[in-house]
Amino acid sequence: MNIKKTSCIYLLIAFLIALSCSDSSDSNENVVDNFDRQTILENVTDNIILPAFDDFNPKIAQLKESITQFSISTTLANLETVQELWVDAYKSWQHLEMFNIAKAEELYFLQKMNTYPTSVSRIENNINTNNYNLDSNNNNWSAQGFPALDYLLFGLADTNSETLIFYQNDENLAYLNYLQAVASQMLQVTDMVHQDWILIRDVFVTSSENSATSSLNMLTNDFIYYFEKGLRTNKFGIPAGVFSGNNTRAANVEAYYNSTISKTLALEAIEAVEGFFIGQTYNSTSTGESLKSYLDYMTDNTTLSSTVLMKFSDSKLLINTLDDNFVNQIVLNNELMIDVFNKLQEGVVLLKTDMLSVLSISVDYIDADGD
Amino acid sequence: MINSIANYFNKQSSAAPLAVFRMFFGFLMFISLVRFWSKGWIESLYIEPSFHFSYYGFEWVKPVGLYTYAFFIICGISAFFVAIGYKYRLSILIFFLSFTYIELMDKTTYLNHYYFVSLVSFIMLFIPCNAMFSIDAISIRKSYKTVPKWTIDSLKLMLGIVYFYAGITKINSDWLLNAMPLKLWLKSKYDLPFIGHTLMQQEWFHFFMSWGGMFYDISIPFLLLFRKTRSIAFVLVVAFHITTRVLFPIGMFPYIMILSTIIFFDSNVHYKIIHFTIKILEFFKMKTDNLKLSFSQVNHYKVWNTSLLIIVVFMTIQIIIPLRSLLYPGELFWNEQGYRFSWRVMLMEKKGNSVFKIVNSKTNSFFYVNNDDFLTPVQQKQMSFQPDMILEYGHYLGNHFKSQGHQNVAVFVESYVSLNGRLSQQFIDPSANLMELKDSFKHKFWIKPLNDEIKGF
Repeated sequence: MNIKKTSCIYLLIAFLIALSCSDSSDSNENVVDNFDRQTILENVTDNIILPAFDDFNPKIAQLKESITQFSISTTLANLETVQELWVDAYKSWQHLEMFNIAKAEELYFLQKMNTYPTSVSRIENNINTNNYNLDSNNNNWSAQGFPALDYLLFGLADTNSETLIFYQNDENLAYLNYLQAVASQMLQVTDMVHQDWILIRDVFVTSSENSATSSLNMLTNDFIYYFEKGLRTNKFGIPAGVFSGNNTRAANVEAYYNSTISKTLALEAIEAVEGFFIGQTYNSTSTGESLKSYLDYMTDNTTLSSTVLMKFSDSKLLINTLDDNFVNQIVLNNELMIDVFNKLQEGVVLLKTDMLSVLSISVDYIDADGD
Repeated sequence: MINSIANYFNKQSSAAPLAVFRMFFGFLMFISLVRFWSKGWIESLYIEPSFHFSYYGFEWVKPVGLYTYAFFIICGISAFFVAIGYKYRLSILIFFLSFTYIELMDKTTYLNHYYFVSLVSFIMLFIPCNAMFSIDAISIRKSYKTVPKWTIDSLKLMLGIVYFYAGITKINSDWLLNAMPLKLWLKSKYDLPFIGHTLMQQEWFHFFMSWGGMFYDISIPFLLLFRKTRSIAFVLVVAFHITTRVLFPIGMFPYIMILSTIIFFDSNVHYKIIHFTIKILEFFKMKTDNLKLSFSQVNHYKVWNTSLLIIVVFMTIQIIIPLRSLLYPGELFWNEQGYRFSWRVMLMEKKGNSVFKIVNSKTNSFFYVNNDDFLTPVQQKQMSFQPDMILEYGHYLGNHFKSQGHQNVAVFVESYVSLNGRLSQQFIDPSANLMELKDSFKHKFWIKPLNDEIKGF
């Protein structure tokens, strides 16, 4: 038998067996990849990230403005305005923390905005020495951002009237100055990151290939990282003491000094996570292309994506049973906090193993040969 | 029968194939090591991690801080000396030892093709690859025209074993009936020009590649063996490996395989390669008179009988080792008992998530471990779905926390793994205290069985 015949027969056999084995009930025998991954990036950028910044940036500007007003006129009304705006902006922030990309990553946006627990000693030291640089990428992360404001607005005294008396005292002028410095810093960094997003938008949405540095892969990795660390670990795991031998760490609750809002913040965060996963427009119910629709396309069904969504909604249900104030919850019944942690962990497993397998997206920073 | 075996082992054959093989192998290894270094992998894989995963029985092989670079330098230089055939016996010995040491330092980086390199360099210890066209031949002013035929055949057999087993292990229901994991991997190559959005998405193409790969691997050693099919076989080899190079991040492996299979060709092809190499050397104004002179000599190289014996035993072991997985119960892809060192390549898309829980067994107080504190991302990725690595890391954690003063330390793992597109399921018995388990070659009863059956090898 000559060479050509042999190899032709081989190929023929392989081809025939392959055809006979492929599920004939499948209607889409001539599949062409018509899933345009760029549409995920466009939807996420145009309908989630940019609107979230459009919402957040003015809120931070207002917050800063109100702090300036307060330092001019230290009235109870002005203090309460500052506090309300702080809560409002902090809620909005929950929708941005997961996008640790580009300028945000470069400027340590997330570290500067929300490193908690805040360091009281460092804040006090900065105020007393009046010699600090909030911009240098050093350990001043824990002396600025929302958690530092949390301390300065709610942690200096037990009641608002006492806080007001504190700020009205001329000896404490340095505290007012620090309050303004922190707010200015927040606005400045937010402006820079926001402007950069507008600038890079067109380039960002076209980078939809499957590589370590593509927008799609970075977004996916950041999303999972946030879900695991930002949400599961920081908001529940660490305060509930699961990393510290059952020694609960109530001081690690987000917004510790005004902890009545800790549940609100956590719920915002999981809404943000869910919204990103299903591609839901910011502050709206309409949805577009997303990791969910991509998963459905790749698996030809919705089994995996609905399992993920079920973990999200189960987590929400559990969080809703908690006290508004996580500090109280930890003291009263920490088991419920751990339950949420465990439920979120089930989500981590699905995202990190099942989803990444199906999408064949490699985990960040891994660069090595395979075989 | 005995006579014909004796006759075979006395047969002589041209020494040119060994010379060409030595040259290509040495240069490719040299390039591989330089590439490895230039990518910063010595730093990130061997120096940065504070903990390293050891092979059973080789716990004493560890990176040695900055001296690790010395191993790579020694290995690289010896590879270069092998290529030019300078003090060949010593060079290949040093290469074999240093390369194998490097590979034994951390299980995380196990790759079948590194194992292949170690095996080939072991064989090369016992065969005269410097018999002709080498600095050695020039310096002793003696070149050999022929070498025992079996020395060349031993390399062919090694390549044959690799291909054949790589093919046989593809005969399983995931690979052939579900086109897994190729379906996942090929679909994700949507960004390739022209074929990304079309061919790569076709279901028939996933099956074609799976079945084609299986037939290719099983038949290629035989197609290379027979003169009639050899040329088309080589075309297939090049096409196959270039395809894998385009589709998957497999480093130098395709080039190593392509150049290795040249050994199957007749000596006239090898002489052509040698003459072409001489022309290149002359182009760079190097003196090649001595090299050319050596071809005029007619000497027959004799190899010690001990070498022959070692190679026969070695080859027998190589045929047996990949089959050891048959001795274990349970699903091979899931348990990975006997998975390494058996030419199972690209068979699994396996991802895991393993969270370790340190428990005080008296008070039942516990805490979870942040794996980032102990392992690099690459190590975490590999450890998460490989039972022996989970156990080794568990012991490391237990001992670490004991030494920090924790009492009654028990270590548990909450581990979930997804295999070839199946939904993830629990991997390790969460009630098994890893500190009470020992790694051995026995069946790992503490792995929870896969809720599915994969038929085949």
